[in-house]
Amino acid sequence: MLGKTAGGLFWMFRYLERSENTARLIEAGFRIALTRPDAAESEWASVVETAGVRAGFTDKYDAFEGSAVVDYLLRDTTNGSSVMSCIEHARSNARLVRTALTREVWEAVNESWMALKEALKRPIREADLPGVLGLIRRQSALVRGALHGTMLRNDIFDFARIGTFLERADNTARILDVKYYVLLPAVSQIGSSLDNVQWETILRSVAGQNSFRWLNGPDISPREIGDFLIRDGRMPRSLSFCISKITGNLTYLEKQYGQDYECVKQARLLHHRLDNTPIDAIFDFGLHEFLTDCLRDNAALGMQIEEDFRFSG
Amino acid sequence: MSDQPTFFDELQYPSGDPRRPYEDFHAWFSGEDLKRLKKKSSEAETFFRRTGITFNVYGEAEADERLIPFDIVPRIISEREWARLTKGIEQRVRAINAFLYDIYHRQEILRAGRVPKELIASNSAFLPQMVGVTPPGNIYTHIVGVDLVRTGEDDFFVLEDNARTPSGVSYMLENRETMLQMFPELFTKIKVQEVSDYPTRLRRSLAACAPAATSGKPVVAVLTPGIHNSAYFEHSFLADNMGVELVEGHDLRVVDGRIAMRTTRGYKPIDVLYRRVDDDFLDPLTFNPESMLGVPGIMDVYRSGGITIANAPGTGISDDKAIYSYMPDIVEFYTGEKAILKNVPTWRCSEADSLAYVLDNLEELVVKEVHGSGGYGMLVGPAASKKEIAAFRAKLKAKPDNYIAQPTLALSTCPILTKAGLSPRHVDLRPFVLVSPNKVDITPGGLTRVALKKGSLVVNSSQGGGTKDTWVLGE
Repeated sequence: MLGKTAGGLFWMFRYLERSENTARLIEAGFRIALTRPDAAESEWASVVETAGVRAGFTDKYDAFEGSAVVDYLLRDTTNGSSVMSCIEHARSNARLVRTALTREVWEAVNESWMALKEALKRPIREADLPGVLGLIRRQSALVRGALHGTMLRNDIFDFARIGTFLERADNTARILDVKYYVLLPAVSQIGSSLDNVQWETILRSVAGQNSFRWLNGPDISPREIGDFLIRDGRMPRSLSFCISKITGNLTYLEKQYGQDYECVKQARLLHHRLDNTPIDAIFDFGLHEFLTDCLRDNAALGMQIEEDFRFSG
Repeated sequence: MSDQPTFFDELQYPSGDPRRPYEDFHAWFSGEDLKRLKKKSSEAETFFRRTGITFNVYGEAEADERLIPFDIVPRIISEREWARLTKGIEQRVRAINAFLYDIYHRQEILRAGRVPKELIASNSAFLPQMVGVTPPGNIYTHIVGVDLVRTGEDDFFVLEDNARTPSGVSYMLENRETMLQMFPELFTKIKVQEVSDYPTRLRRSLAACAPAATSGKPVVAVLTPGIHNSAYFEHSFLADNMGVELVEGHDLRVVDGRIAMRTTRGYKPIDVLYRRVDDDFLDPLTFNPESMLGVPGIMDVYRSGGITIANAPGTGISDDKAIYSYMPDIVEFYTGEKAILKNVPTWRCSEADSLAYVLDNLEELVVKEVHGSGGYGMLVGPAASKKEIAAFRAKLKAKPDNYIAQPTLALSTCPILTKAGLSPRHVDLRPFVLVSPNKVDITPGGLTRVALKKGSLVVNSSQGGGTKDTWVLGE
């Protein structure tokens, strides 16, 4: 496979994952705005922060007003991480790697692009927002379904999955990091209902609120949320799950190519650290510091993968 | 139905009876509901959009991906007609290869005075860098798309020999897929010859031209200028359907005297490169130094037998419009036979007598740039305004060598589906020809281009043309 193709696949799936994550973030923010109007502005601010586009947003707008945030995150093509930008990037990468995709995967991406282009043509009215966010999630599921149902399980598949999980790990780490103050033990002692809402938002942003209840019952504690999103290998958006998938796909590549890679060593190390650091130790060390390390290590892993597999020269 | 009786209509005689090849189709069509067909027709567009079979139009930044309109009425060719065409095409393609070998080696045809020396020496399509270079298997034109037009029952003319990098084959294949999905019942009623194995034939044909440096199974790759090229869809389509890599210049470099592509596992040599990049951009060290699309040093590797480039650099000298008028002589010179396919009479404006005639008759003629393509920069006299003709007259006088002129051909018509039912439109035909040392392989079918505007003779997609599925009937 061409190095360029591997890179194209990696980025195509990163962007697809990002568009889905952004839709979920907005969904969670929207819910808070509806149920707790007084907390709306600070919630929208943290949504923008989590999406990693605060600088661009504040250049353009003075306040974190709901419709502005939604527009910036969904439609604004000057925002390189908006859903529309992501789907454009994803499709353009898909065209680049067209020969590596099955017809069904290509058509799913192309169809998503057409559907979202149409849906995001005009500013989204509040009444239409749930429908549009649902559409984004469904389109993402369509591509994923086509990928799983039709692609060979070879290096092509591995690079697609690695892109997906690296992006997802980043996203979960950022959601936690932006909200880490509500998970701090000192604050959580207060146990006010506002905190409960905040925790719930965290879970909603990763589509994990019910799963969490099934696993942990009605009591929400910072320790358990942290454990769920960082270390629980059953939760498909937890850091541990993502890193273990990345490690798995990299290991397949190593086997298929019959060669040792630096990036695989790095991934194993990250995986090992997550598995062997109890949640209490993470809180003792400092959640923010821990998450900062995770984000930095993910970025380094991404660059090492790019180098090891010759994405660009 | 035919409202232009002066043109040969392929569907029916002036009496309204269908011609033989269209009988079964005509019977089926007569029993169909026009509304249903119109609905099918709009379904086809959705199908093409989803597939992504779009093309980019140069100079239109906004709507940068467009569909070539597809018409659901097939263009039908009988087995007998096809047999004659293929004989003529094979003869012509063999002659072109012999001509190219000769022109880049001993130049016998110039010595014999059958083609004027000046025409070659001063021609920008002639590549001095190819003199004395013998491509693997002696094949220059691995892929040819001969443009044919028809004016009567037995009158086929070659309009152009596209011997550089002819495009459009993906439409031949996708149009057929679309028809199969929309009208499966038609294909059970009517025996139509397969085109879907074209990519397999292409890969086989390219592999058969592998250079001596090849070890093991030949590695084939398609070279594209990139995703912004107007034919990118086709490049990726062909690579995908052949099961070979689609590469760009920056994926390639010279490694140990071979052209190698950067894979996830390091550099891997390529044996046959099906390039969809023009000669000029192929190698910045040899041709255009500004080119970012090619591979520095590829011409050295080529000359030393390290890679097959398909088509070979320099084939443009054979499909140049100034050379075109000599094709009957060229066919005769190399095959010893009369050309089976006719040439369109051509006035070379470089010759004083011809120029005078052309200037006197601009209203009647089609005037083309010698190196032009895609329907750009040409004058269709009968369709042009007085002002356009006057402007063209000035251009022609200023640079007569740059032009040839031909009579306005009475192109045959084939109906398209309109709101009111069938309506005749002018068509041409581009069959796709594969050449290897083993054989000349012509897929039964091709790209039928149709001028969608009533009365228009310009079929180019960039100028409002559409396409049709092309059926060659089986026994």
